[in-house]
Amino acid sequence: MLNKYPLWKNLLVIVAVLVAIIYALPNFYPDDYAVQISGQRSTTAVDNSVMKTATDALNQAHIAFHNPHLGKDSLTIRFKDADAQLKAKSVVQAALGDNYLVALNLAETTPAWLKSLGATPMKLGLDLRGGVHFLMQVDMDKAIQQKLDVYASEMKRRLREERIRYRGGNVQADNRIVLDFRNAAERDQAESYLKQHYNEFLFSQGQDGKLLTLTLALTEKAVRDIQDYAVEQNLTTLRNRVNELGVAEPLVQRQGRDRIVVELPGIQDTAQAKRILGATANLEFRLEAKADEPSSQTQVFTFRDNPSRSATLESDVIATGDNVSNAKQSFDENGRPEVNITLDAQGGEMMTRVTSHAVGRRMAVLYIETKMETHEKQVNGKTEIVHTRKTEKHIINLATIQSVLGSQFRITGLDSIQEASELALLLRAGSLAAPMYFVEERTVGPSLGKQNIDAGVKSALMGFAFVFLYMIFFYRFFGLVANIALLCNAALIVACMSILTATLTLPGIAGIVLTLGMAVDANVLIFERIKEELRAGLPPQSAINAGYSRAFVSIFDSNVTTLLAAIILFAVGTGPVKGFAVTLSIGIVTSMFTAITVCRAIVNAIYGGRRVEKLSI
Amino acid sequence: MVEKTKFNIDFMNLRHIFTVVSIALVLISAVSLATRGLALGLDFTGGTLIEVAYDKAPDLANVRQELAKAGFEDAVVQNFGTDKSVLVRLSAKYDEKLVTRVLGILNAYQDKVTLTRAEYVGAQVGSQLKEDGGLAILLALAVVAVYVAMRFQFKFGIAGVVPLVHDVIVILGFFSVFQWTFDLTVLAAILAIIGYSLNDTIIVADRIRENFRRLRKGDAAEIVNISINQTLTRTLNTSGTVMVVLIALFFFGGKMIHGFATAMIIGTIVGTYSSIYVAANMLVGMKVTREDLLVPVKEGANGEEEQPPDWLNRM
Repeated sequence: MLNKYPLWKNLLVIVAVLVAIIYALPNFYPDDYAVQISGQRSTTAVDNSVMKTATDALNQAHIAFHNPHLGKDSLTIRFKDADAQLKAKSVVQAALGDNYLVALNLAETTPAWLKSLGATPMKLGLDLRGGVHFLMQVDMDKAIQQKLDVYASEMKRRLREERIRYRGGNVQADNRIVLDFRNAAERDQAESYLKQHYNEFLFSQGQDGKLLTLTLALTEKAVRDIQDYAVEQNLTTLRNRVNELGVAEPLVQRQGRDRIVVELPGIQDTAQAKRILGATANLEFRLEAKADEPSSQTQVFTFRDNPSRSATLESDVIATGDNVSNAKQSFDENGRPEVNITLDAQGGEMMTRVTSHAVGRRMAVLYIETKMETHEKQVNGKTEIVHTRKTEKHIINLATIQSVLGSQFRITGLDSIQEASELALLLRAGSLAAPMYFVEERTVGPSLGKQNIDAGVKSALMGFAFVFLYMIFFYRFFGLVANIALLCNAALIVACMSILTATLTLPGIAGIVLTLGMAVDANVLIFERIKEELRAGLPPQSAINAGYSRAFVSIFDSNVTTLLAAIILFAVGTGPVKGFAVTLSIGIVTSMFTAITVCRAIVNAIYGGRRVEKLSI
Repeated sequence: MVEKTKFNIDFMNLRHIFTVVSIALVLISAVSLATRGLALGLDFTGGTLIEVAYDKAPDLANVRQELAKAGFEDAVVQNFGTDKSVLVRLSAKYDEKLVTRVLGILNAYQDKVTLTRAEYVGAQVGSQLKEDGGLAILLALAVVAVYVAMRFQFKFGIAGVVPLVHDVIVILGFFSVFQWTFDLTVLAAILAIIGYSLNDTIIVADRIRENFRRLRKGDAAEIVNISINQTLTRTLNTSGTVMVVLIALFFFGGKMIHGFATAMIIGTIVGTYSSIYVAANMLVGMKVTREDLLVPVKEGANGEEEQPPDWLNRM
């Protein structure tokens, strides 16, 4: 009944609060407005001469800056305010030219001693710092369709090589490949051969008129694998493209089964970002058809740069864009532009097989673009929005095969350096495993971000002040203790979020403010209980003890239920709302600690272990 | 039976009147939801939203006219926060240059227009979110019901969830009657209120359980009344601190979380009301008895009073 905490418990409270303060501290050093300069390509060096060019240009334009810092492959220059930063961006970009990317950035100002402890500030969400948010949908049906196309042409080629005769074969809309045979013996032969090589398919035999058919359906696992691969591959490609945009701290993340989130802080020019990200392109390498080939096995395509020119290509696909692992523009022995292409193992193998019979023929690079078109349609008197996908295929290059090609080959005979580098970019950027389209876009202007931060900070401070006064008014000294616990709680929430590198959003700030309001609930419960016990005639020390232990069950129950709601919110919400759920959950957990343990430690330290006649409550 | 409490209000005396009030509130909300529906925000409907800032307050009618002239007849134009900031909402027709085009139109008519934010949400994403949101609310209610039924007793489970359903419907009702924009932050507020309101209900229920075990005499209504009175200061003070915080958010938090703050304020009031006049009321109505709450005999259990768990004493 002495209400004394053992030493270790007091130490625990002190250590926890100290750690919280240290890790919360970086957030109180405001970020500097900065521009970040990096090379357009990884080979472009950012060195002292670049720094000199940039700073000279800034001096000439009378823009004040400080602390230019040369990092590993980027240069950061800091400014006083957003105005100077914006002006500086265009000045520096003009001075350095197109080989360098100049991006707006916020540079942290955490002192070195805090950094050495691993303390960093929270990341600010897009709604607080401005930027664009894209949500992209990966076209899963297309991913599978494309993969099946490759499978089908590979199977047919293998059957031909094995001299197993088939009549025809095509990919059906419902993700199946159907091969036709004239007699059962050939079909059985084909089935047993294909079964050895393709265990990702389920085989079934059937009949279609006079023809015997062999149907190959992808197993569920194979479908999932293809889809996962498509999303992963697209993620990688998007990351590369985002890097070409030169944004500081971009976010490219998978969301759910088939969506990808891209967040680009500091970007205001969405058109440019979309052009590069949204090049929903893919590539196919195909042979030009021989003059005597039946038209059922060929297709006619026009050229991308000249729609009046066209060529007839075989329907079989040799390799697709996702087989391209690299493409670079360079020069041949005679100084003429060329593109060096590297294929992955599978693509290389296919290329060798096909071209070994086709030296002297021409091979085309087919560029496939998927565009989204939005129409309005009247359905039952209501206007519905219908998205249709339109696929356009054009030839971007048609060149003669000089020799048997492997996983590395080159395309020559290009007219200009520009054409070559554009082709290389398309080949690189075109390596999407499946087309994607935009399903959501949000742009937050920098002024709105600033407004939101100001509003958030102001409301948090006011909320704090109101709760402080309220508690002191109603619970006097104990109210003051609760307020100290509340401050510790705020420090703990901020520290936890900083350590978890959670993103702070405006609803997140609202979550913190709300948690502070709710966190005192535990204290109110305890204090009311203590008052009640005092009224019931218990001496102060016993009243304190009874108040804490009796109130605990209620506090625990009520916190668990709020936590459950927060977890559900986290599972459903996106972006800012997820931020709200995170802060709410962290707040609930930390408030249990501060409102009960920290608060008790202070009360014990002051009232514990001595005779107390009256409590200031 | 003399119980010293600061308050001694006979809440349960009025319970029939407030039963009618609660049912009326729910009915009005339900009718409004059925007939007027919710003014769903962009998050749920899909479409395009453009917020611009003028350097002096524009005439909205003119803005509307200019947009209609350029082919955006369906554009919804309204002020947002201040009279200098204008929100333009378009149906989901969308292409890359849309934002630039709208800005161009607005700029041609009155200079100094800057883009504050632009949002585009695909119709498919919106409808999916709508589904997920509804599902989230139902899931939250179900999880909470199970938890309360486990921690207390079946009747308490019901008495815990019905007030929450009541709160959710009434908040939705407010947003429907006044046609305030219902966006993702409002959904977040509703889920937070489910947590908060339950919190309140549990505190009262906890005390009812305790008093049933402690006090030998008194019928359900009396015990419930005593319990509400005992927890009344706490209820008012907690609602009070949450309310002052919400007022700070409402007035200083900026226009982006206005909907959130509004929903939370309504929810806090309705939630506090419902833990007394819906939850406790239902317990009386369901004739909760002492037998419902008998503590299962545990080894080493000390009388009827529930002991705080061991680990608490170590805290």
